Amino acid sequence: MSESHVATHHELGFARKYIFSTDHKVIGVQYLITAMFMAIIGGLLSMLMRYQLAWPQALSPMMQKLFPISYNGGVMAPEFYISLVTMHGTIMVFFLFTAVLTGGFGNFLIPLQIGARDMAFPFLNALSYWVFLLSCIVIFAALFVASGAPMGGWTAYAPLSAIPNAAPGQATGMTLWITAIALFSASGLMGALNYITTILTMRTKGLSMMRLPLTQWSLLITSILGLLAFPVLLGAGILLMFDRMGGTSFFVPAGIIMGQMPLDHSGGHPLLWQHLFWFFGHPEVYIVVLPAMGMASDILSTFCRKPIFSYRMMVYSMVAIAVLSFVVWGHHMFVSGMNPFLGSVFTLTTLLIAVPSAVKTFNWLGTVWGARIRFTPAALFAIGFVSMFVSGGLSGIFLGTSAADIQLQDTYFVVAHFHLVMAIAPLFAAFGGLYFWFPKMFGRFMNNTLGKIHFWFTFIGAYCVFFPMHVIGVGGQMRRIYDPTQYMFLQSQQVVNVFITISAFVLGAAQLVFLLNFFVSIFAGKRATERNPWHANTLEWTAPSPPGHGNFPPELPTVYRWPFDFSVPGEREDFVPQTVPTTVTARH
Amino acid sequence: MPVLTEDRRTGAVPPPPTVPPGGRGDDDSSNSGSSFPISKGQVGVWILLTAVIMLFAGLSSAYIVLRGVPAWQRIELPWLLWLNTAILLLSSVAIDISRRAVRRNDLPSMKRWLATGGILGLVFLVGQLAAWRQLVAAGVYLPSTLQSGFFYILTGLHGLHLLGGVVALGLVLGKAIKDRLTSFNYEPLKLCALYWHVMDALWVYLFLLLLLL
Repeated sequence: MSESHVATHHELGFARKYIFSTDHKVIGVQYLITAMFMAIIGGLLSMLMRYQLAWPQALSPMMQKLFPISYNGGVMAPEFYISLVTMHGTIMVFFLFTAVLTGGFGNFLIPLQIGARDMAFPFLNALSYWVFLLSCIVIFAALFVASGAPMGGWTAYAPLSAIPNAAPGQATGMTLWITAIALFSASGLMGALNYITTILTMRTKGLSMMRLPLTQWSLLITSILGLLAFPVLLGAGILLMFDRMGGTSFFVPAGIIMGQMPLDHSGGHPLLWQHLFWFFGHPEVYIVVLPAMGMASDILSTFCRKPIFSYRMMVYSMVAIAVLSFVVWGHHMFVSGMNPFLGSVFTLTTLLIAVPSAVKTFNWLGTVWGARIRFTPAALFAIGFVSMFVSGGLSGIFLGTSAADIQLQDTYFVVAHFHLVMAIAPLFAAFGGLYFWFPKMFGRFMNNTLGKIHFWFTFIGAYCVFFPMHVIGVGGQMRRIYDPTQYMFLQSQQVVNVFITISAFVLGAAQLVFLLNFFVSIFAGKRATERNPWHANTLEWTAPSPPGHGNFPPELPTVYRWPFDFSVPGEREDFVPQTVPTTVTARH
Repeated sequence: MPVLTEDRRTGAVPPPPTVPPGGRGDDDSSNSGSSFPISKGQVGVWILLTAVIMLFAGLSSAYIVLRGVPAWQRIELPWLLWLNTAILLLSSVAIDISRRAVRRNDLPSMKRWLATGGILGLVFLVGQLAAWRQLVAAGVYLPSTLQSGFFYILTGLHGLHLLGGVVALGLVLGKAIKDRLTSFNYEPLKLCALYWHVMDALWVYLFLLLLLL
């Protein structure tokens, strides 16, 4: 079929080829670019927040011109700050990280790395992207409604989120938020359906599960997490929508009085929203982190020229993390009024996650140990991922212990923790993945020097931004605080806020280097003449760069070995691709 | 350093074996070489069903939690639900007769029973709407009590999912009428029947939840 497939394949017009395409590679790049746009928006929002935190009372006439309502009198309105927190969190968690790692890299890499011509259900795949784009437009629109952007935080806690006139942004803004998240869930489910089916049923000949690259394992496990978690969020969102519009009281307790008028709600349970949300929310953290782990593992192994240390344990620990992620959600709710005994249970399960996480960390260290590392930008970012994951993970042990969490919850310690572990670490893996697979995506290289500059500014910048947050958090600075100088006891550490803000501006500016490098290199980068420029072993490197429609002309590759045969003794080269028969190298 | 992939491939690699013809569903042309024993259509439907089951698991956990709050009030369920349940069970039986008929290659019987199943499904949906009308006539609306809210939402969501099943069944029936289903290739009917049976079982579960808890 492959021969005739290639021969009869006729050239499609521009729109069918690049816009309404059902080709997984095009859809992957569409996800990447869309998520990048959302990242720029989310990043700019965080810059506004940082400016406010460093110089709370400073007049900004320019901002007043741009946002006359939100900057009435030249100073940011407190409501606007809370909207910024909400929108930054929502955009980054869903529309950047979930989208770029599973939508972008997942789509691009799954068929290529398992030796398939496309996804199992290409039309559904395209539909998943278009629904995702629609959800991006809806959440983007929430920034511009007259009553203001949503203010419920990315967790949308009830009853604040359930009562439309609880706050300005909770009317139309919150409705748009729920709509966008529902659309995003639907898109994520279509993606998960495709990814699981493709990885299970369409692996090429010889590619057994235990020969899959770790990226593929991580994407498979992530998709299963998404499949089990997103429907629960969708269900909770439906109940929330009915509370807001249908007059039901699932999440609204009785006896709430607004503007001296009692609300017409009869006794629901606001904690129920938190339970449902975090049953989704904690797996969501691993939906973001697991693909990052998988990609960083493959990149590290390639540039260390060593097999990944303990492949099987890497797979099993990812499975263990995935299973545990469904029984730890209560650690987000230690002080919510939940039964304290449950707190001890959730402490136990939470600390158990440290075991597989530590297994993975030691395996990464074991991979790097004694290696002659090739310090390309991709390798640097993969190492940076490990660093950020460890730094952020260690503070998780403090927060996962309910006794310590009572002190630390809702302070900047938490902000530091989750940014390092589930924002900066996946960001590093995503950057590593972009530098690594860029030649395969576009047939050109990104600039190496600019890549290294980007890495060092991002690495140092991220630590300068997030490490001091631990300190001011222990010092008592609250999460989501609008003006830290309003409290006497926080004024002495205001200088740290200024330092963090300046670092954040540097960190943000460093990303301009990346954007420049990325978009210029698509059209003018050095051409990738070799199919396999990094001398990697996985199947995508046997396809042309960029791969044409159908990926592997004319025949699908056959796999004879696992993807980590680096520096095999007695081999002429220090890598043996998966397509090389073992019979030729009988010593294996 | 030159890349060795290409020259090693020549000669040393035996040509990949040809794809075994047929036997794995109707849209299997690109699935060469995989040894996975279950067709991708079947995997896809099971994944879809997992998502649907998780949606209702989430909602029923909310139901069970809210049962414990002081404001919980039971509502009188419309008697029509019993009849609807019987109709839905019968539709499942009809679709299963149709699936057995296609295995014997008894195509006229397959089409007849498939259409019967679809019509019974539509009757069930109309019956559910009538049950809503019964409740409204009794003065029980969506916001009346927590349980009435759950009743409308759970039955509504289940109805939407079953409506999806009716549409899928219509598509399968279209294929059957064009004689594109045979005893060798009837995966669409098999998948549709699977979805239908799970929706049927889901309704029985939801009915028991609303009735007993």
